[in-house]
Amino acid sequence: MARDDADAPGGRACSLERLGNQDGLSRVWGKRMSGELSAEDFRADIKNWLEANCPPAMRGPMRDEADICWGGRNWVYQSHEQRLWLERMAAKGWTAPTWPGAYGGGGLDRTEEKVLREELDAIAARSPLESFGLWMLGPALLQFGNEAQKQEHLPKIVRGEIRWCQGYSEPNAGSDLANVQTHAEDKGDHYLVNGQKVWTSYADKADWIFCLVRTDREAPKHRGISFILIDMTTPGVSTRPIKLISGKSPFCETFFDDVKVPKANLVGELNRGWDIAKYLLTHEREMIGGGARGLLGVRALGEVLANYASDEDGQIVDPMLRTDAKRAEIDTWAFMLTLERFKDQAKAGRGVGDASAMLKYYGTELNKRRYELMMTAAGTDGLEWEGERSNDGALAREWLRTKANSIEGGTSEVMLGIIAKRILELPGG
Amino acid sequence: MNLIPTEEEALLQQSARKFLDDKASVKAFRKLRDEASTNGFDRGLWREMSEMGWAGVLVAEDSGGVGLGHRAAGVLAEEMGKTLVASPFLSSAVMAATALGTAASSESAALLPGISAGEIVVALAVDEGHKHDPAKTTLHAKPHGNGFRLNGEKSFVVDGHVADQLIVAARTSAPPTGLTLFLVDPKKKGVEIERTATVDGRNAARVRFDNVEANGDDIVGDIDGGWSILERALNAGRAALSAELTGVAAGAFGITNQYLKDRTQFGRPIGAFQALQHRAAHLYCEIEVTASAVANAGRELDRDPGAAAGAVSLAKARAIETARLAVSEGVQMHGGVGMTDEFDIGLYMKRARVGTEWLGDYAFHAERIAELRGF
Repeated sequence: MARDDADAPGGRACSLERLGNQDGLSRVWGKRMSGELSAEDFRADIKNWLEANCPPAMRGPMRDEADICWGGRNWVYQSHEQRLWLERMAAKGWTAPTWPGAYGGGGLDRTEEKVLREELDAIAARSPLESFGLWMLGPALLQFGNEAQKQEHLPKIVRGEIRWCQGYSEPNAGSDLANVQTHAEDKGDHYLVNGQKVWTSYADKADWIFCLVRTDREAPKHRGISFILIDMTTPGVSTRPIKLISGKSPFCETFFDDVKVPKANLVGELNRGWDIAKYLLTHEREMIGGGARGLLGVRALGEVLANYASDEDGQIVDPMLRTDAKRAEIDTWAFMLTLERFKDQAKAGRGVGDASAMLKYYGTELNKRRYELMMTAAGTDGLEWEGERSNDGALAREWLRTKANSIEGGTSEVMLGIIAKRILELPGG
Repeated sequence: MNLIPTEEEALLQQSARKFLDDKASVKAFRKLRDEASTNGFDRGLWREMSEMGWAGVLVAEDSGGVGLGHRAAGVLAEEMGKTLVASPFLSSAVMAATALGTAASSESAALLPGISAGEIVVALAVDEGHKHDPAKTTLHAKPHGNGFRLNGEKSFVVDGHVADQLIVAARTSAPPTGLTLFLVDPKKKGVEIERTATVDGRNAARVRFDNVEANGDDIVGDIDGGWSILERALNAGRAALSAELTGVAAGAFGITNQYLKDRTQFGRPIGAFQALQHRAAHLYCEIEVTASAVANAGRELDRDPGAAAGAVSLAKARAIETARLAVSEGVQMHGGVGMTDEFDIGLYMKRARVGTEWLGDYAFHAERIAELRGF
């Protein structure tokens, strides 16, 4: 059952665990600093720690989106284990393995992070925490934030205490994102924000929002945008969920009506918010294209095919489906290797850059294709929308949800345009 | 496993590119084709490439090679593909050298220094019908006296018309795996070689075997033990051919992308039209994704050649589809001139078609992956 009160017995046990883990961490850290800890030792330490600390219920693939832990003030843990797993990982800083230890992160380098990921994968550990804070705001603050902002916000993201959402798109700023009109007026000691955001993921569940706002209406559109942080409990902030074709409402409209925002909440320079937005868009594309858990479907193609479309020997019966499955498998495997290749490239100190548009485009189109195949395999069973047998139409709802993959975070067409102009250097239209 | 090039591979790639641009541009290949060279390649060029160690890239140092491995072979093949270099690299330096190196007998090892030096060409005679399918080999070797007699016919033996030696896959026991590899001198009595000029301006051969005599010393590996050696050799060839095809795709894409910038219609470069931009960008993505599969196949072969079949088939399947897309989009985007012999894009289309059929087409490799994945 869901638990969310801090005084539950599990809560105290967790605190004790955390103290123990801190000791473990400093022991490992001390050894690493003194050069005693070899790569094998490091892997062995991680393996042992995971074996002891990852609850069995937190191993194995997520069944559906409800298994994802998002954290935040209002989070209702799906299980005691979910809470335990988050707290233990957060105490290590391993919800944000590469962030500096000073801000609660794991302080791992890329090689160590890879070892951690591999060992997590080896026991099929679920991700302890997904959040826009981890994916987007954290990297932005590390790059552009001041010391006070890092100290204030990063540790809470690592621990899953504050859930962030992203205020980018507006009714008239979709693919043309730089056209944002939500206005932040300088009132001396604060900004007064008025306007509307749309497609804010989970705004109704989030505690804070990071926003692109217009701070100079006279400047060219890219030069009059700033990046600010707003507490969702501030008077004048309201949200309204948008019901999607999947029947779910992961997105909201967010309204700002005379919202007072302290000036300390401006990230980076005034009117230079577009630099941060661009940085984050690149980041977001890599993540979406990579099928980051939480944004893309969690379902494996092979599993659906085996359940629905195969004979006793496991061979897919329908020859057309089998052919399509082969093609999808080939392209998926090659795409996964491409993600690996770009990760290796990033690790070698060469960024992914504009190629992230490729990962985003290819990954999302591929995911849509895979879900089409799964729906074909499931046949009329895949049409069920309600009831326990279909887990309330989980497959159908996921299939519909994938249609947004190639729209959100920059449409496929925008991605192709970026590739054409920035990589292929084709002339402007 | 790291999929980006090592420092050594990056240097190899750069020096190969420089050398090929200088000595083996598409223009050089076109000249070779126009002269209807019966060799199908430039022997002087091949000697130079061999002097740089390319022919010995998969041959161990103690057999006269440089032993850089399969990923390095892929780097070279990809660069060669970009300018459509014609050479016996795949047949002799990759496949024959792998077969002979795997067999590791003194007779087979004796040929390796000659292969690495580019002095002899050894070709692999595997295919029989119009499709690659080694499991269905029917050419047979039957015991006769102290040796064997080979009877049957091989088709599409690439570089078979100029080979100094042939490695022949012969049925000696039950299908599919009951094969023995024989080393056969093409000048032997009963061997009849018919040169077949191919669509891409290169050559292969049909080889007929009529009571061709062979003895125990001619066997590469062991009697009935040919399958695993053949698989190693074919997988090495498939991986390198995938790399070549990726180079062909990249080369075709390179000239096409340039054409999009140069060609003006309706008062602007045609590359300014979004319809073409998006197709070009999509093609770029396909090439990048395929390049990852190709790099991975080389790495897997270097790590454990016996366990790399899936990775190799992935590379070949992807390379086939990507090259097909690159050359067909290439011709289309060139418009009318794309159909002329004067423009190079057609040469890429023809080479891609040959690479598609050679060593297994998309269906062949997709099926191998499906079996691996339990589909």
